Amino acid sequence: MLAGAGSARAGNITVKGSDTLVILAQKWAEVYMQQSPATKIQVTGGGTGTGFAALQNQTTDLCNASRKIRAKEIEACVKAFGKRPTEYKVALDGLSIYVHESNPIEQISIEELEGIFTARIRNWKEVGGTDQPIVVYSRENSSGTYEFFKEHVLKGKDFASSAQTLQGTAQVLQAVAGEPKSIGYGGAAYGAGAKHIKVSKEKGGAAVEPSEETVVGGAYPIWRYLYIYVNPALDKGEVAAYLNWIRSDAGQKVVKDIGYFPLPKQFRQ
Amino acid sequence: MPHRQQLGRRSEGWMGLERGYRARPGEWIAEKLIFLVSLTAMVMIFLIFVFVTREALPILLGRMSSAAALETAVISPSRMDTLSPEALRQYLGLTPAEFAGKDRETLELLMELKEEIAAEAPEDKDATVNTAAWRYLLFPHRWTGYDHPVCIWQPVSAIHKYNIVPLIVGSLKTTVVALLFAVPLALAAALYVSQLSSPRLKEWIKPAIELLAGIPSVVLGFFGLIVMATFLQNVFGYASRLNAFVAGIALGLASLPVIFSIAEDALTSVPRTYTEAALALGSSRWRAAWQVVLPAAVPGVFAAVALGFGRAIGETMVVLMASGNASILSWNLFDSTRTITATIAAELAETVFGGHHYRLLFLLGAVLFAVTFLANLAGDLVIQRLKKRLEGKRA
Repeated sequence: MLAGAGSARAGNITVKGSDTLVILAQKWAEVYMQQSPATKIQVTGGGTGTGFAALQNQTTDLCNASRKIRAKEIEACVKAFGKRPTEYKVALDGLSIYVHESNPIEQISIEELEGIFTARIRNWKEVGGTDQPIVVYSRENSSGTYEFFKEHVLKGKDFASSAQTLQGTAQVLQAVAGEPKSIGYGGAAYGAGAKHIKVSKEKGGAAVEPSEETVVGGAYPIWRYLYIYVNPALDKGEVAAYLNWIRSDAGQKVVKDIGYFPLPKQFRQ
Repeated sequence: MPHRQQLGRRSEGWMGLERGYRARPGEWIAEKLIFLVSLTAMVMIFLIFVFVTREALPILLGRMSSAAALETAVISPSRMDTLSPEALRQYLGLTPAEFAGKDRETLELLMELKEEIAAEAPEDKDATVNTAAWRYLLFPHRWTGYDHPVCIWQPVSAIHKYNIVPLIVGSLKTTVVALLFAVPLALAAALYVSQLSSPRLKEWIKPAIELLAGIPSVVLGFFGLIVMATFLQNVFGYASRLNAFVAGIALGLASLPVIFSIAEDALTSVPRTYTEAALALGSSRWRAAWQVVLPAAVPGVFAAVALGFGRAIGETMVVLMASGNASILSWNLFDSTRTITATIAAELAETVFGGHHYRLLFLLGAVLFAVTFLANLAGDLVIQRLKKRLEGKRA
């Protein structure tokens, strides 16, 4: 605790956690350090789980998270520093579904996605594609994206054990781009290389593609908040100023530049 | 040495003063230092083994529970005062030292959190199952939502499923492919370099193969991931691009130089007279190498293969990158596979220190340690027996 508090006072902020948030957090740090050079911000990834572990071990000031903190993780934090970590929503993300450019599929429903990722559906023709087996790419289980997808799309069911796990969204995208039979998922910010398909809530329902309008408006079915968690004892001075800046218009402009979606006004305070 | 026999004692005195020649303190010190270094290596191996098994001990002994549901009933925070301090401490799972340092507010907060954890716990017939017990680690079980008993590794899940069989099979699969690929190539190259090639050619081939050992495994993995995976898929036309076969071939490249150099040493150290005798009896060079030198060098060749096995099963980066990391239980070489080493590397960083997932990974480490240790031991025993037989001594 002393080390963490000490480093914050000296104008150093360490940020750790979600790999999904790492590009955004680095860009925030870069822009912020340009305007207030006295602050040094260090950003590392490792996964949301790693971030929470670091938060409770007090080896990081801020924890990036791509899912909400669990009660068990709060308990560990309370045992370590006696307070609930403060939660800040910092951006919105729509999870995109990627398929290969040559795949004729245009849209897919949540139910079909659940079938594909739990291996109930094994062939593209079952969801209106060509007659070929589906190759499923997933993320490593330390990833918040993995857990979010499991909870919200698979409804808590296990991923098929035949799903190949890769180390980051960029790797998923690269793998999908190189494999015509494949499907993968990841943050909307990761663009080029593969086709992002539209998603509908029910089979045959209206399918939407992830965009600022559909994600912020709630029409796109797979979206989530991105969070930053902080030990309340450290939430002052430099750290508090940085967190305020992230949720200001200037910080939210960076969110847009990177390809995520800015917070609606009511969440900024 | 008649002089020493006359003296009739084994000791050579302090710093060799009684050796009968000039004492060399430098040599004495060097000798003792080397002894210390070899001792340190042994101590380190022992310490590593102790550390790994200590972390895995609660699981080994079946003392750790990974049940998703709380074991005790939830007590409402409003009833906090009805509990004795000791009961409260046990309910919250705090050590006496931790408990003493907490104020009332924190304790109330912890009690509230117990309720929240209970609310988050899944409603599942398996929620009270201790999935870290040996029965669930090794044998298939029919989990909720599955229509038949399965062996699965799904550590991050509402119900933590920790069956290690798919990982063990994955490690064995890639290692077998690696050895099937590397052993014939390495032995053929060793036989050629030591027996058949011209000295000039030998000076080129030997360093070139040994240079392969210098390629960092991450580079080999990258090569496997990008180049070999695509190439092999085009040749064989299997479904999943990254699989045990690709990883095994890349792994074979990593263990090839190890097998080659030791086998080559063994073949070269077969006395020249063996070859000469065979040639004098009218055999061709090839027959002399294949039927005389190779059988004479079998113990060394066997040691080379055993070390190659150790290198292949312990290699991490190559399999992490090229195997696809899907924990499927199948013996099909063209399925994606997840090995023990890749699992430890990918998951250890995000586990809670001291938690069941963390300890499970250490258990996997201990399994790996035991496998390599047993392989080396078995190799050693076989070599001893072969040596005895080849030298014509029978116990």
